[in-house]
Amino acid sequence: MDEQHIQSVYDRDLESIQALIMKMGGLVESQIVNAAIALETRDEELALRVRDGDTAIDALEEQVNEETARVIALRAPTASDLRTVLTVLKISNNLERCGDYAKNMAKRTTVLIQMQPIEGASKALRRMAREVELMMKDALDAYIQRDEVLALQVRQRDADVDQMYNALFREFLTFMMEDPRNITACMHLHFIAKNIERMGDHVTSIAEQVIYLVTGDYPEEGRPKDDRTSVAMHKDKV
Amino acid sequence: MYDVPTHAEASVSNTGIKVTARNVQVFYGDTHAIRDVSVDIEDKTVTAFIGPSGCGKSTFLRCINRMNDTIDICRVEGEITLDGENIYDPRIDPVQLRAKVGMVFQKPNPFPKSIYDNVAYGPRIHGLASNKAELDEIVERSLRRGAMWDEVKDRLTEPGTGLSGGQQQRLCIARAVATEPEVLLMDEPCSALDPIATAQIEELIDELRQNYSVVIVTHSMQQAARVSQKTAFFHLGYLVEYGETGQVFTNPKDPRTESYITGRIG
Repeated sequence: MDEQHIQSVYDRDLESIQALIMKMGGLVESQIVNAAIALETRDEELALRVRDGDTAIDALEEQVNEETARVIALRAPTASDLRTVLTVLKISNNLERCGDYAKNMAKRTTVLIQMQPIEGASKALRRMAREVELMMKDALDAYIQRDEVLALQVRQRDADVDQMYNALFREFLTFMMEDPRNITACMHLHFIAKNIERMGDHVTSIAEQVIYLVTGDYPEEGRPKDDRTSVAMHKDKV
Repeated sequence: MYDVPTHAEASVSNTGIKVTARNVQVFYGDTHAIRDVSVDIEDKTVTAFIGPSGCGKSTFLRCINRMNDTIDICRVEGEITLDGENIYDPRIDPVQLRAKVGMVFQKPNPFPKSIYDNVAYGPRIHGLASNKAELDEIVERSLRRGAMWDEVKDRLTEPGTGLSGGQQQRLCIARAVATEPEVLLMDEPCSALDPIATAQIEELIDELRQNYSVVIVTHSMQQAARVSQKTAFFHLGYLVEYGETGQVFTNPKDPRTESYITGRIG
């Protein structure tokens, strides 16, 4: 909707909530990037900064919750305004979760730094994190530009992240079977991979919110899923 | 497993179409007030007409019980049927029609008579009661349907004009239902009432839905959203959008509806 509300303060309310989301998105993106860099470069100081940086994201989420509650109470939004408010709430929740995962990556990084590095793992994880961060950037761009096509593309790309996760899962499994001394490090690395994979799911949810915001309907077919590790685990057991 | 209705309106099954309008045009002299409106109004359903002032919603409402007949320069074209019968057929008596299609107006307008006589007036002229006991029964039943029996049962002989605004409006609703109408038309029934009286009328409208087809014209979008199952949006004499109320308020199909209900300049 390009048209303005008759009450201009209503427009300002909605804009300021969406600005909070963009601010939150920016913070989460840099948290993901920095967490991945800290892991790859074994930079403890950066990891600690990421760990502490999560507070700002949580505070923004709280602010979004308060301001959306206020808009709902005072303005009784309808139609696209209602969808804006609903999607803002959900997206802020998705972003907050991603922030938590980045924080968890940083925490595990501080532990991993004390151990022998696992060859190639942190580079692959950084690639995966980079992909998720780019998806998040596109999902938020799609949100602010109300771009349904871009949102659909983001949703498709989650399958790539799932595939990267599958590959890493196998790799870590191999390392652990080769040498039990790798188990602790590989367990941490696997949790990091899983965290990034979950971030991809949250980004997919953001893209789905964009589609709902623009069209009024959630996308119909189940979203592309390519996480087969539960099946692999099962097969390995048998 | 529980069978959970997804919407409030899912709890009442539709029993079909009560009023059908086809290509209705209304002219006031040279002014083309209603332009080619076709709509099916469902039985046992509350239908809200919304739209900016002068959009034709009240004019269209007044076509359904031929209130526009009383305006000399008004001309109605097209077809409106009640239970399949053309209400503009020359053989239809408008007075009989209005007993079947009751109306409640914006300003409560009780007769300058007692509370009892306000309600008994319609049943008397239509000969619905053969004796005093039957009439008493109709008056009590109607006042109960108007959700005000307990408030007024001890002072039925007092003038209706002495009641509060909200009570007067409920008295008018009781008076409208006294003739056992099938359709109840309400033209902004709450715009002169405070929020408590408004809530009481809205609760009443929801109860009336069990027995009647209710059509309400309202300027309050929130009221339309609260009380209706179907919403029709009128603009410049056109029926722009007609659909399930939840859909109209979350995902309207027409950009003009969107502009209006979200409070944008349309």
